[in-house]
Amino acid sequence: MALRPDEQIEVVETKAPRAPVIEPGHTFATVTDKISSIVLTRPTSNGWLVGFGFSFLLTMVLLYAISYLFIRGVGIWGVNIPVGWGFAIVNFVWWIGIGHAGTLISAILLLLRQSWRNSINRFAEAMTLFAVACAGMFPVLHLGRPWLAYWLFPYPNTMNYWPQFRSPLVWDVFAVSTYATTSLLFWFVGLIPDLATLRDRSHNRALQMIYGILAMGWRGSARHWSRYETAYLLLAGLATPLVLSVHTVVSFDFAIGIVPGWHTTIFPPYFVAGAIYSGFAMVLMLAIPIRKFYGLEDFITERHLQNSAKVMLATGLIVAYGYGIEAFMGWYGGNRSDAFLLWNRLHGPYRAVYFSLLACNIFIPQVLWIRKLRSNPAWLFVISGVILVGMWLERFVIVVVSLQRDFLNSSWGMYYPTRWDWMTYIGTIGFFLACMFLFVRILPMISIFEMRQLLPQAEVKPE
Amino acid sequence: MKHTGNYGMMAEFDSPTTLVAAARQTYEAGYKRIDAYSPFPIEELAEAIGFHHNSVPLVVLIGGLLGCASGYLLQWWISTVSYPINVGGRPYHSWPAFIVVTFEMTILFSVLAAVFGMLALNGLPMPYHPVFNVPRFAFATRDRFFLMIFSSDPKYRGSETKAFLESLNPRSISEVPQ
Repeated sequence: MALRPDEQIEVVETKAPRAPVIEPGHTFATVTDKISSIVLTRPTSNGWLVGFGFSFLLTMVLLYAISYLFIRGVGIWGVNIPVGWGFAIVNFVWWIGIGHAGTLISAILLLLRQSWRNSINRFAEAMTLFAVACAGMFPVLHLGRPWLAYWLFPYPNTMNYWPQFRSPLVWDVFAVSTYATTSLLFWFVGLIPDLATLRDRSHNRALQMIYGILAMGWRGSARHWSRYETAYLLLAGLATPLVLSVHTVVSFDFAIGIVPGWHTTIFPPYFVAGAIYSGFAMVLMLAIPIRKFYGLEDFITERHLQNSAKVMLATGLIVAYGYGIEAFMGWYGGNRSDAFLLWNRLHGPYRAVYFSLLACNIFIPQVLWIRKLRSNPAWLFVISGVILVGMWLERFVIVVVSLQRDFLNSSWGMYYPTRWDWMTYIGTIGFFLACMFLFVRILPMISIFEMRQLLPQAEVKPE
Repeated sequence: MKHTGNYGMMAEFDSPTTLVAAARQTYEAGYKRIDAYSPFPIEELAEAIGFHHNSVPLVVLIGGLLGCASGYLLQWWISTVSYPINVGGRPYHSWPAFIVVTFEMTILFSVLAAVFGMLALNGLPMPYHPVFNVPRFAFATRDRFFLMIFSSDPKYRGSETKAFLESLNPRSISEVPQ
């Protein structure tokens, strides 16, 4: 039966009350002013200075660790034979996985018309960008001669040499660089109309110039909006298969090899689910303090937290299924190396890591079934932290435990990260946070024009 | 009458509904060189000002095909012509291994085409535009909606056009200097 638009609204309202995506009472002007004032008029708070200062300090630790690496080489890390892929690859996979949630929120949820995403997509995209930047550092630093990283790309050269296109490591170069480019452009295209808003709202000549240059003369013409919307939708449609391909290709780095625990077909879907799992955990760990300190509870409501928690619960169960299948195949597959890997995970020298990962990724997050905990920001923050730790441990188990005891007993060994490993890892966390601090200070962290679109008055009423 | 020295005339509205209605009336009244400005995309608006053809999808398609072809051909040429490596007698043209990079190149070229194609078709970046001469236009990126009739429209007559815009009940009318 066809319904008139007003009748449809009534049907929606008779459903169980749901937390709104945006608190009632807002207009185009209040939404614009509230978000743009965070950047334009709000004074820099002491909390921001302390937070930025601390993360900047950690960034300096990163620079120190990298400088020493350039002087001495990768020997300063704990990597050796048999574990040649230590922290560098663990951190690479962890960071790039975190980035995936940003693209999921901005692209896939856009295509699925989940309009609640409008208030968290901007900073989730920024998170993606900075996470990919952190991820990209590790394989390059791991090269041994990082200054020759451009050899990874196919370009005509006097050595008459080309990359080996049958290697998943070369696929990874293409996947990650395409992903970084796409994330940057998607984020920037989303920013253009908001940069124009900042240009028009600021009263400071220098700011008007800077935001004006970045907005490129955007004037909100209907023709421009039409092309803009088409391009934005197409970008979302392109980013969706891309984001699924990126972690798939990352999992190929492992799955194409014959090492027990790597050589398995479950890896691509299980990696993608794990990526989204950890990414949403990071989104919550950023969103909860941001909404609190900047008073954005009107825009990032309980509904957003609830939905993110549900996504985590769902992807967490997919990850649990992945662990289950890995263990089942180890037992049922009849391959002695695989069976030994399972034994080694459960009883080997790194068993504590394996059990902590099960606790962090499978058991503890089950409390999200309880509605009360799901709607409590403090609890969500803690559980998200647990999940992020758990996902890091998962990558540690995949990389290290598989490599440390492979086919030949005589080549078994242990892997111990050095302080340089830890400094590089913690340094990238600092770099990531420093970028986030700068981002919330100088750019609108919530997409203003998409928030205007969410308001009921944005609807064109039929005559 | 040709030019009055102005770039056009601009009327300001309060809501998307009134703007779309006004744009429809203006287009139906015979003004074809018009534009509308809003702080967020309004689906009905492009249609109301008579903008139907959007070539962004075509540009993206061309970009994607170009990326796909160049990605595959590059790998094929390198692996079979320029730098063939015999690995245990396996074929040089091992196409399944080329799929991933071909896919990534398709996406990369489509994305570049979408972003730069959209900007180019929109004529951006454009550092100067006459609409910014109207002080009230700063609200076009906040909460106001503008309708513009360009002076290059054959039907444009200074006072007549102004009277027409007034009949649409706008909040204000401004002449846009060149």
